[in-house]
Amino acid sequence: MDIKSMKNYLYWLYCQFELITCSYLMEPWEKLLFYTFNITMLVTVLYTAYIFVPVHVSTAFQFFVHLFGNQHENTVSIVK
Amino acid sequence: VNHIVHNGGLYKRPFNEAFEETPMLVAVLTYVGYGVLTLFGYLRDFMRQWKIEKCQNATEREEQKDFVPLYQDFENFYNRNLYMRIRDSWNRPICSVPGAKVDMMERVSHDYNWTFTYTGRVIKDIINMGSYNYLGFAQKAGTCQEAAAKVLSQYGAGVCSTRQEMGNLDKHEELEKLVARFLGVESAMAYGMGFATNSMNIPALVGKGCLILSDELNHASLVLGARLSGATIRIFKHNNMQSLEKLLKDAIVHGQPRTRRPWKKILILVEGIYSMEGSIVRLPEVIALKKKYKSYLYLDEAHSIGALGPSGRGVVEYFGLSPEDVDVMMGTFTKSFGAAGGYIGGKKELIDYLRTYSHSAVYATSLSPPVVEQIITSMKCIMGEDGTTVGKARVQQLAENTRYFRRRLKEMGFIIYGNEDSPVVPLMLYMPAKIGAFGREMLKRNIGVVVVGFPATPIIESRARFCLSAAHTKEMLDTALKEINEVGDLLQLKYSRHRLVPLLDRPFDETTYEETED
Repeated sequence: MDIKSMKNYLYWLYCQFELITCSYLMEPWEKLLFYTFNITMLVTVLYTAYIFVPVHVSTAFQFFVHLFGNQHENTVSIVK
Repeated sequence: VNHIVHNGGLYKRPFNEAFEETPMLVAVLTYVGYGVLTLFGYLRDFMRQWKIEKCQNATEREEQKDFVPLYQDFENFYNRNLYMRIRDSWNRPICSVPGAKVDMMERVSHDYNWTFTYTGRVIKDIINMGSYNYLGFAQKAGTCQEAAAKVLSQYGAGVCSTRQEMGNLDKHEELEKLVARFLGVESAMAYGMGFATNSMNIPALVGKGCLILSDELNHASLVLGARLSGATIRIFKHNNMQSLEKLLKDAIVHGQPRTRRPWKKILILVEGIYSMEGSIVRLPEVIALKKKYKSYLYLDEAHSIGALGPSGRGVVEYFGLSPEDVDVMMGTFTKSFGAAGGYIGGKKELIDYLRTYSHSAVYATSLSPPVVEQIITSMKCIMGEDGTTVGKARVQQLAENTRYFRRRLKEMGFIIYGNEDSPVVPLMLYMPAKIGAFGREMLKRNIGVVVVGFPATPIIESRARFCLSAAHTKEMLDTALKEINEVGDLLQLKYSRHRLVPLLDRPFDETTYEETED
């Protein structure tokens, strides 16, 4: 039962997507074109994120650690 | 909900009109939808231009390709690429009398709405929420139909002449006296077509050197009549009395543009009920302004005659005002009386002038006799002169239906425009795909609705317009409301952010007042 209601919900979400982007009104070949374009863009964005985001996040993390790390050493020397 | 708190005691009853603002996310998504369709429109136009796809719409001939292009403006682009995709929701052929239920011929399209073929099946008993049948006089049996049939056998169907030549029947004189009595004016004149009543008579009343102040959302017939007259036209914001007063002040103070002479006449054009918004004109304020600045008022009661007021006499009776304050009362017989044609009522000198100088009287064929008899019988029924209380019962039934339907739709969470008492109920759809989807889904569930998009409305504010009728019983309305609820959930149309507290145990009467909670 849960699978069925989940499937219905996903189908309803797909219908909303169709209505909002007006692919409900398109002929089949237009829909194919539109979905191909959308899926290609989505895959490209996800692939780029997969490649670049960990590198960027770790670089940023190291930058902030370096910044606050220096500060920590300075305060330690003054207090001493 | 805006409450006008009785400014100077002009309003004898609360004036509840609301136009909820478009939610920001919905507006953005609507533009996204239109953007996608525009891109695909350009693609299809490109393909048609380069003969990759067969061109099925109108184009210029080969010899005319070097002339000024005819079909490149936005209206034609919209027509080819957006309107054609959802065209099956309009021009649906009906094959029975458009009463509370109607029969429709089923049609399918195999080439995406460019051509239609009939399957041969007739869809029976569709609940009709689109016809302007406010008092339910669109019937094929009953006193009106019998009287009209009798007159048809007596006078025939054609008149074959204009009003001024040989087309002035005794039926027309009888009708005009009755209309004058119904409205409470001195005299009235009836014409064959409602649109032509406006467009042909405004040029007879005003000319060059006069000023017309017209509401933003006036009907095409009023706009056409105003433009044909040659007078200067200034537009004030919809139902906005401050805007109207500012224009009146400027007109009186500055006069005509170059010469600074005073205007010969100032005519204010308003409608009783605006059919796309469902709003009612603020008549007490308009009349107060008119008297203060000494201008004339032309009131188009096409949708409000028969539908408003305790005895159906229109918007003047609804506000409790005197018909003598309105200089020109115009209306149509198409909506509440189940016939065709229009009328103008006013002072005797005005109507005698129009009998001679109106274009419609000189050139247009007069009303057909069975139609005249339908109007006479239905009007007598509304006035109660046929000896029954059917007319009064219908007017009350319409008012009850209106309030019930509007309250239930608002409780469900739809955005509904307009005044609480207007029988025209616009339900906002906004997105272009939902226009087509709503029309089709409602037809699948056996309910016929009218959906409206650009250019009749602003481009993002497309809507479905329900016209209530006294012929709708509560069961029909409940069925319709259940289906609208279902379709609203399916298409996610419940955009409203105000939640009405549903009335639980308070009795339903005129002083019942809903509280909103955001």
